[in-house]
Amino acid sequence: MINLPLLPILIPLLTGVLLMFFTKQLWMQRIVSFLSTLLTIGVSLYLVFQVKAQGILTVTLGSWPAPFGITLVSDMLSALLVLTTSLLVFFVIWYSMTYLSEQHQRFYYYIAVQFLLVGVNGAFTTGDIFNMFVFFEVFLISSYVLIVLGGKPAQLRESLKYLLVNVISSALFVMTVAFLYGIIGTLNMADISQKIAEINQPGILSVIAILFLVVFGLKGAIFPLYFWLPGSYQVPPTPVLALFGALLTKVGVYGILRTYSLFFSNEVGIIHSLLGGLALATIIIGVIGALATKDAKQILIYNIIVAVGVILYGVSVMTRQSLEGAVFYLLHDMLIKAALFLLVGIMIGIAGSSRLKSMGGMIKDYPLLGWTYFIAALSLAGIPPFSGFIGKLLIVRGGIEAGDLVGPFIVLASSLLVLYSVMQIFIRGFWGTPKTYTGSRRHLVKQLIAPTILLVTITVAYGVGAEAVRPFITQAVDPLVDPSIYIQAVLKGG
Amino acid sequence: MKKPMKKNTNDVILESATTFITFIIFLFAVYLFFAGHYTPGGGFIGGLVTSSALVLILLAFDIKTLRQILPFDYKMVTAVGMLIAVLTASGALLFNVPFFTHAHGYFELPLFGKTSLHTAMLFDLGVYFVVVGVTMTIIQTIGESD
Amino acid sequence: MAIAAGILTMCAVYLILSKSILRIIIGTGLLSHAAHLIVITMGGLKTGAAPVLEEGVTKYTDPLPQALVLTAIVISFGVTAFFLVLAYRAYQELGTDNIEEMKGTDTND
Repeated sequence: MINLPLLPILIPLLTGVLLMFFTKQLWMQRIVSFLSTLLTIGVSLYLVFQVKAQGILTVTLGSWPAPFGITLVSDMLSALLVLTTSLLVFFVIWYSMTYLSEQHQRFYYYIAVQFLLVGVNGAFTTGDIFNMFVFFEVFLISSYVLIVLGGKPAQLRESLKYLLVNVISSALFVMTVAFLYGIIGTLNMADISQKIAEINQPGILSVIAILFLVVFGLKGAIFPLYFWLPGSYQVPPTPVLALFGALLTKVGVYGILRTYSLFFSNEVGIIHSLLGGLALATIIIGVIGALATKDAKQILIYNIIVAVGVILYGVSVMTRQSLEGAVFYLLHDMLIKAALFLLVGIMIGIAGSSRLKSMGGMIKDYPLLGWTYFIAALSLAGIPPFSGFIGKLLIVRGGIEAGDLVGPFIVLASSLLVLYSVMQIFIRGFWGTPKTYTGSRRHLVKQLIAPTILLVTITVAYGVGAEAVRPFITQAVDPLVDPSIYIQAVLKGG
Repeated sequence: MKKPMKKNTNDVILESATTFITFIIFLFAVYLFFAGHYTPGGGFIGGLVTSSALVLILLAFDIKTLRQILPFDYKMVTAVGMLIAVLTASGALLFNVPFFTHAHGYFELPLFGKTSLHTAMLFDLGVYFVVVGVTMTIIQTIGESD
Repeated sequence: MAIAAGILTMCAVYLILSKSILRIIIGTGLLSHAAHLIVITMGGLKTGAAPVLEEGVTKYTDPLPQALVLTAIVISFGVTAFFLVLAYRAYQELGTDNIEEMKGTDTND
């Protein structure tokens, strides 16, 4: 199969289109999207092993040879990310079937989710910078639909702001691509990477690097550009929030990872130290936010920001070990954030509100929920047997090796405070005197908890089986450390 | 044909002009669509021109009239177009060549003589439907609530 | 051309910073126009024949920026339309088009 890297994009696309014909039959929508996402997982799993066996796979769309046509490139990093994304979307779809009201599901919900999957998988896979912009727009437009579904006044208000921020960052993205095209004259990322070394124009390259940082930073919520995130992410229902929190910011992070390793790898200097500084500031701001709020949703939302900071710190150090840590932590964080959001979603469903004040003593009635949350929380903070630990360990070691002591210290201190903030949800939500709850989804807990527990199990397996995962991660990092692997695979002969 | 509701101030010239201008625009759209073969034109432009004709009807008469003339659900039109486009592109999968690779050949057609037919044209047909569908959906959504 | 793009961006920033949501939408429209103009400029304003098959033409314009701009225009067209619908819905629900009155993240309603 030549087209294998394409399939994780094509299957959801076809599903989304097909579902548009059956907007009235809800059961049809559910079954079709459930099965097709399962198929996507299967295909992306196969893709991962295929990449493991054969190295980087490429497809040139329309058979135009590599630097001219659009190329899709599946290296290990994007294959792993695609697999994780498909897994998450699968669990979220499963979860939303019972969580969301029927009214909500009926209104293009599944179609939007499928198109979101198309966009995110596409952005991870594409090897063409403008094509990446197009896929960004695909998932952004679906996210606009998802954030406004439900049509509560607060949702409308926040989605206006969300839309404005993203429209501006898209315009900046187009401008950045224009500048890049203006000086290099190609859009293929491998080709750019090859030619960028030859032209020797450090001034304009720094401008482009900063513009990329702004564009992806707005998507990924790094330090000065995170302002829109807490407000906008507060309003959609939790399954949607799980998708956003786990996927959308991570695509921004992936963008930074890809462009900085491919384009700007030979001028480690001011830009990378700027990135490092911003990453640390992001961690600090995120931790402060997480500690200050008394709302379960908000605590997790600020934890997204912390995680983005940790990953970017790993990226900015740019040594092999720290990059391995960053990739490891990236995958871990996608899984665990989604799991936590789904768990907190159940708690909100029980209590009827996301305020910690309205919760308490849930462990009595819902012990399973409580202990699952406990494991997920430990895993987020990076307590040894679980998956967050290895990623953080590698990032910290990489940082120390590079001669930096402040960064690793902040990363370590942040994990302690993160633990405190998520434990606050545990302590206030599950301990204490039980209250009488009025949430409308109390009776659904049994059905909701099944996908959540499975997801948490996967994250635990990911942590415990780190030894088995390690070779995959190592292979994923290879092209990041040495871009020539990537370049050769893409341009090998078209 | 029009209901005697609130008397609106549409002028006769616009209404009667619309009735035949629309067809000219439609024809032009079809021309543009086929011109996209080797010269400027194509599904996107054709779709936009078509929807401009529909918008003209909308302006001269009203939404109800448009519904009577063309009783489509424009969301369905979008879906059909997307399906055509995606299926055409993924037809390449069956022959195990990269996605989007297009095939073409020359055929003797009655009336036209020797013509080249491309699979790219099927894709363009999909694009055409998508553009018409999306444009009309947007305009109707904004216009309907007044 | 670069200056024109700059002026467009300037107007866009001014409009986006104003309070009325409609002005903001027009501002985003202008901003994306500026971006498209930059793509065209950066692609090089060469004068050549249209990049389609024709006899006896040796000098072509670079078709890539045009393709990019077309794509970008379509996308910004769609997003702007969505933005307008959303703004209209918000106006109906919230009874205001003033962004100042849409402050706050307290969403327990």
